[in-house]
Amino acid sequence: MELFFQQLINGLSLGSLYALIAVGYTVVYGIVQLINFAHGEIFMIGAFGAYATWMVLGQPTDWSAPLSILVLLPVMIIGGIIASVTVALLTERLAYRPLRNAPRLAPLISAIGVSVFLQEFVRLFYGRIPGFPDAKSAIPFPVVHGISGEIIQLGGVTIQMSAVFTVGALVVCTVFLWFFVNRTKTGRAMVATSQDPDTARLMGINVDRVIMAAFAVGAGLAAIAGVAHGLSYGNIGFRMGFLAGLKAFTAAVLGGIGNINGAVVGGLVLGVTEAMATTFIPGQFGSSAWKDVWAFVLLILVLVFRPQGLLGAKVVDRA
Amino acid sequence: MNNRSFKLVGVALVAASLAFTGCGSRTEASTGGSTGGATKVAKIGVIAPLSGDLSAMGLGIRNSVDLAIRQANDTNAIPGWKLELAAEDDQATPDVGKNAATKLASDDQVVGVVGTLNSGVAQSTIPVLDAAKIVQVSPANTNPALTRGADYLTAPKRPNANYFRTCTTDDVQGPFAAQYLLGEGIKKVATIHDKTPYGQGLVTEFAKAFKAGGGEVVDAETINPDDDNFSSVISKVQTAAPEVVYYGGVYSEAGPLSKQMKGAGLKVPLMGGDGIYDGNFIKLGGADGDLATSVGAPVETLDSAKAFLEGYQKAGFSEGYSAYGAYAYDAANAIINALKVSLASASDAKSARQGTIDAMASVSFEGATGKVAFDQYGDSVSRVLTVYAVDGGKWVAKKTGELQ
Repeated sequence: MELFFQQLINGLSLGSLYALIAVGYTVVYGIVQLINFAHGEIFMIGAFGAYATWMVLGQPTDWSAPLSILVLLPVMIIGGIIASVTVALLTERLAYRPLRNAPRLAPLISAIGVSVFLQEFVRLFYGRIPGFPDAKSAIPFPVVHGISGEIIQLGGVTIQMSAVFTVGALVVCTVFLWFFVNRTKTGRAMVATSQDPDTARLMGINVDRVIMAAFAVGAGLAAIAGVAHGLSYGNIGFRMGFLAGLKAFTAAVLGGIGNINGAVVGGLVLGVTEAMATTFIPGQFGSSAWKDVWAFVLLILVLVFRPQGLLGAKVVDRA
Repeated sequence: MNNRSFKLVGVALVAASLAFTGCGSRTEASTGGSTGGATKVAKIGVIAPLSGDLSAMGLGIRNSVDLAIRQANDTNAIPGWKLELAAEDDQATPDVGKNAATKLASDDQVVGVVGTLNSGVAQSTIPVLDAAKIVQVSPANTNPALTRGADYLTAPKRPNANYFRTCTTDDVQGPFAAQYLLGEGIKKVATIHDKTPYGQGLVTEFAKAFKAGGGEVVDAETINPDDDNFSSVISKVQTAAPEVVYYGGVYSEAGPLSKQMKGAGLKVPLMGGDGIYDGNFIKLGGADGDLATSVGAPVETLDSAKAFLEGYQKAGFSEGYSAYGAYAYDAANAIINALKVSLASASDAKSARQGTIDAMASVSFEGATGKVAFDQYGDSVSRVLTVYAVDGGKWVAKKTGELQ
């Protein structure tokens, strides 16, 4: 039973990371019907942006735990968000907007190109910034005292502080998203645009700005996920966005692409499935080698019986 | 506009570089015949990663071969012949390695090749060089299948007669690690590997030897090389309460794995093979007490390596000799020793290729890493290994020995 709760914690922490990234896929898809394959790289840029912020702060390694959590971490997160949002808006402006009226395959290919470009850009040029480490192999993420490596022991279950941070970040972001979509003008404009862009334009909504807002929101959450990744696993690297992006995209489809709540639920379901499959499927198909297989079996089953995804039916709500 | 001109320049550069490499090999081959006057030229090739993540090791290999060639020329080791270096970058990629091998094979003056670093790259270079009857000696390939075929355990069969190596193989590393742990009184071990041939091979051989020695493998898991999150695997391993976790794979996952293990409360040493014996393992999260086996003895401690280390320093290379420098030096000298026999009666380099392969079998000398000689499969007869431990943020040699 302890193992069950332990794996549930592991799964929720992994799933929260997927969910934070998945929101970016789903928001953009909901509005422009573009699968932004470069979104995994935006997540990576967020992590590197946070790292750069830490470098600019003078690589503080000896700040006390409260100071680290209350000052260092928020500043790093903001630095990461600035980096990822800037890059996301630039790619939107340079790589997607010129192709807005092109056949739908064109922006998709453009997105794949952006993904490769961003990976190689970080790999080749991050180390060229004076004083910065070479990004050709993984870089150790800064230690935030009070979170990195700290654990809470709850009976037989070990909860890492980084997992608390990741799950907490998802909760905060979900509340923020709900407020943003339902209570702000821009958010409501996003819902309107996703339902009918032409009518939205006629109603005086600036569609270009709404699309930029969608990219920015997704990128901001991805940056938070990037910091959570660094805190949880201790390393960041230029390739970290590829697999995480793929899994997050899977989570978005699982939950119903275009639906924000669906992305959150899809991420959590995917993460928990992976963790549980490692332990609770008996026999030779149950080892850790098969966890991804089970995750995708689940995806296929969901898509066979509910092609719109877990929460995809609520088309009205998608944004 | 800027964008477009940038693209054009790029296209022009690519076209130009293709054109240059294309004619490069041809001109070399044709001028080769004319210069073969008083002193004839024979080339020893190097195929190793000279750029990219693994370039530190690759450049160490190239420099060490360069050193062996310079020394041979200085002492006029092969009368009437001058040796030259022909180094090619394989970028640690099989395709690029294959192109490098093809280029070297088409150069009539090439009589031998030292390389590669990666077993996976060797798989694509060996057949190309074999077809051209060029001997290949690797300083670093540890995959046993390269010399003894896919069924190396049950029915060893040598796939390519042109291939030799100066390092020990994975099937010795696993048992050596098992022997060490049993000697330390450790009875319960969990294994994890990364599903690559290297990782799986290490773990299979380790588990077999560990069980045979009276130990118990309490859990066997795998991870994906691309994964960052190992928490679910660690939780499962933790319930089996092992005393050591044996990991088959390389440092890029082993470092984070060790860090996450300790973070999750599984505070036991992680042990691996030469793939984690690297400073980056510690940088990425390897902790004090973690263990690794690596082939050979630490070069700095060997009396036999003193001459190599001095020569390397004197030659003034800008890069260090790295993990495999001494093995590359021995590999080059093995080829040079064979060339002494094969080139003596040869009129041109190309006709001496088969003779060089034949002469390799009888090569035997004291090299930088110890005795250099090859068995009937082309493997080094030396089976010396060392266990290293992380201590104070550095790898420290714990025990050097021969596998019993």
